Amino acid sequence: MSGPPARTMTANGSEPRKHTISVLVENKFGVLSRVAGLFSARGYNIESLSVGETLDPTVSRMTLVVSGDEFVIEQVTKQLHKLIDVIKVNDLTDESHVERELMLIRVNAEPQHREEILRTADIFRAKVVDVTQVSFVLEATGDEGKLEALIELLRPMGIQEIVRTGKVAIARGPKTRPRKAEPAKRPRVSEDPRVVGFAD
Amino acid sequence: MLECLKREGVDIIFGLPGGAVLPIYDALYDFQGLRHILVRQEAAAGHAAEGYARATGKVGVCLVTSGPACTNLVTALQDAMMDSIPIVAFTGQVPTHLIGNDAFQEADNVGITRSATKHNFLVKDGKDLGPIIREAFHIAQTGRPGPVHVDLPKDILVKEAELIWPDKVTMRSYNPNYEGHAGQIKRAARSMVRAGKPVLYVGGGVISSNAHAELRELAELTEIPVTTTLMGLGAFPSEHPLSIEMLGMHGTYYANMAVHHSDVLIAVGARFDDRVTGRVDAFAPHAEIIHIDIDPSSISKNIKVDVPIVGDCRRVLRALVEAVREEMKTAGDGREGRRPWHAQIAEWKKTQPLRYDWDADVIKPQYVIQEISNLTRGEAMIVTGVGQHQMWAAQYYKFKHPRAWFTSGGLGTMGYGLPTAMGVQAAHPNKQVINIDGDGSFQMNSQEMATCFVEKLPVKTVIINNSGHGMVRQWQRIIYKERYCAIDLPGIPDWVKLAEAYGCVGLRVTKPSEVVPALEKMLSTPAPVILDVCVDKDECVFPMVPAGGANTDMILTPPTREVRDRAEKSQTGF
Repeated sequence: MSGPPARTMTANGSEPRKHTISVLVENKFGVLSRVAGLFSARGYNIESLSVGETLDPTVSRMTLVVSGDEFVIEQVTKQLHKLIDVIKVNDLTDESHVERELMLIRVNAEPQHREEILRTADIFRAKVVDVTQVSFVLEATGDEGKLEALIELLRPMGIQEIVRTGKVAIARGPKTRPRKAEPAKRPRVSEDPRVVGFAD
Repeated sequence: MLECLKREGVDIIFGLPGGAVLPIYDALYDFQGLRHILVRQEAAAGHAAEGYARATGKVGVCLVTSGPACTNLVTALQDAMMDSIPIVAFTGQVPTHLIGNDAFQEADNVGITRSATKHNFLVKDGKDLGPIIREAFHIAQTGRPGPVHVDLPKDILVKEAELIWPDKVTMRSYNPNYEGHAGQIKRAARSMVRAGKPVLYVGGGVISSNAHAELRELAELTEIPVTTTLMGLGAFPSEHPLSIEMLGMHGTYYANMAVHHSDVLIAVGARFDDRVTGRVDAFAPHAEIIHIDIDPSSISKNIKVDVPIVGDCRRVLRALVEAVREEMKTAGDGREGRRPWHAQIAEWKKTQPLRYDWDADVIKPQYVIQEISNLTRGEAMIVTGVGQHQMWAAQYYKFKHPRAWFTSGGLGTMGYGLPTAMGVQAAHPNKQVINIDGDGSFQMNSQEMATCFVEKLPVKTVIINNSGHGMVRQWQRIIYKERYCAIDLPGIPDWVKLAEAYGCVGLRVTKPSEVVPALEKMLSTPAPVILDVCVDKDECVFPMVPAGGANTDMILTPPTREVRDRAEKSQTGF
């Protein structure tokens, strides 16, 4: 009958890690600032955020990358869900999903490096979208690891500028299929499906 | 717009006109069926709406103009947000073509109130006005109640528009869950019946959802002692044999001890505020925690919960009573096993009751509250400001009914008392409304005496006057080594003269023997009264848990050096 001696939310919390949270919101003005305000007001940090319209023009999708332990992420999801304009919150992290980010990168193109840059771009399936005597602009998409690898390979040539969109993500499989192949369920603070189950 | 309000069942609005809302006031000129109460400062309109809302269970409404009026109102909005009070606030805004132009009396109203409201709207098209007002009232009073703000640009108010009034509000993004999870309720019932040392910890949610009758039924059925939070006072009668009164920083010794030693803690409509829990890792360390709350984000926010039940307190408690009855059929009622627990609580009650030292020459503030409680037999509507007087009122007033206690719990807004009392009095013209205030707190909204006089709201104010910011003084005395700084309010203004200047009745007492006659005179006066009670300025609120301390570290008596040293060590910041 007796509970654990320590009840602090961080004492038995898990290690902080990155979560990808997909949020469907009403496409109304002010929604972005409501979401951003939630994070700043509660001291949570957004690592990246991207917004775009969905098939239904009255609905937008936000993809957020947030770092935190289980308790922080649980609060983030609950608080997001509490916002009146938020329709659905889905933590994709432990689901099978695809993540992509688009990056534009301006790199120095000295004559002795031009070949190598193009070859690297080719390997990463990046496109050259702007070219001058002294520089290339490459367009690359991929997950975080791929983009980081590309940046590392181009760094010796001299990177002038990087512009990234932030991550977008989508669950794998047909939308109607019941989710399966989830990794072992993480210990949740609550098991009430109504508490955490609103994510789907 | 006024038609919309009428359709929502509004009968009173608290407001203050200005340029941007003049079209509404022009319509109000010959509009029937709405009482407008003119306040003297916009925050007061918000607080009055809060008082009205909590007193009636309906939505409180206030209406103010753009810019500075809206910024003044923010305090009241945040206050309603923290205490889950349903109000709808209308503010004026410059015409749509001027928004963003730094126009006269312009402010980014919706931007400013965004984090202080449950939701807010900027009306950009006249045809949206009806649906938005409908949604605003819907959001304010459903789910976890809260303030909703509607910003009205002047041109929208001037232009003729067809009234669109949807019959029903349906929002795909907002569907609060009212029914608790049946399996969890069963689990909770099982734990409750089998518990040896259970405690019910009850908050303001029980009052918002009118669940006091269900709570009482459950408590009496299971014979589980009940402690309430500051916001929950009145949800359970203070003098009920099962009541162990308020818990937390200034809660009773026996409530805090009972919670600490409990094996099952059932939190109902409460949110484990830091003023309740003290140091979280030392809060109810041995208990299985059952938490019933309408707001999923309240669950496991501060304290890890074992059995979460998301739903409306009233419906969940009703289901829980049934589940407990069912459980008792097989497991027995468990009352026998709880005898030692009740004996232990009775022992704590006997050895450490709420107490203060009587003095024949100096008025003790606790005594004043006790006499108010006696004279009104716990039937008055009690409103407070924020500070020592608030805690004494919470400790010594014997509450009988829900919706009879109005205090700023979450935000701790000084100056809350008088305007809120106005709202309560406007809602219940025939009830005795008593604002127990402090001299510091009262000064933050004393201008509303004018409203009380002009609008014939006979609010009775008792100023517990200790010539200073008493709670700050108490902290400086106990924790900051008596380095008193910026706390003196040396008898200025003369409250009797000020009351008279505002057309109210002013009274003053300085001796204990005068207290009862003065209170009697105050209660029988059919006009707003200010009773200035000059009390012992050294009196402190006990028990007291220093911030950051565990609830078992209560300080029970005026500090000796040793106690002060201990308090200092456990202090982690104010």
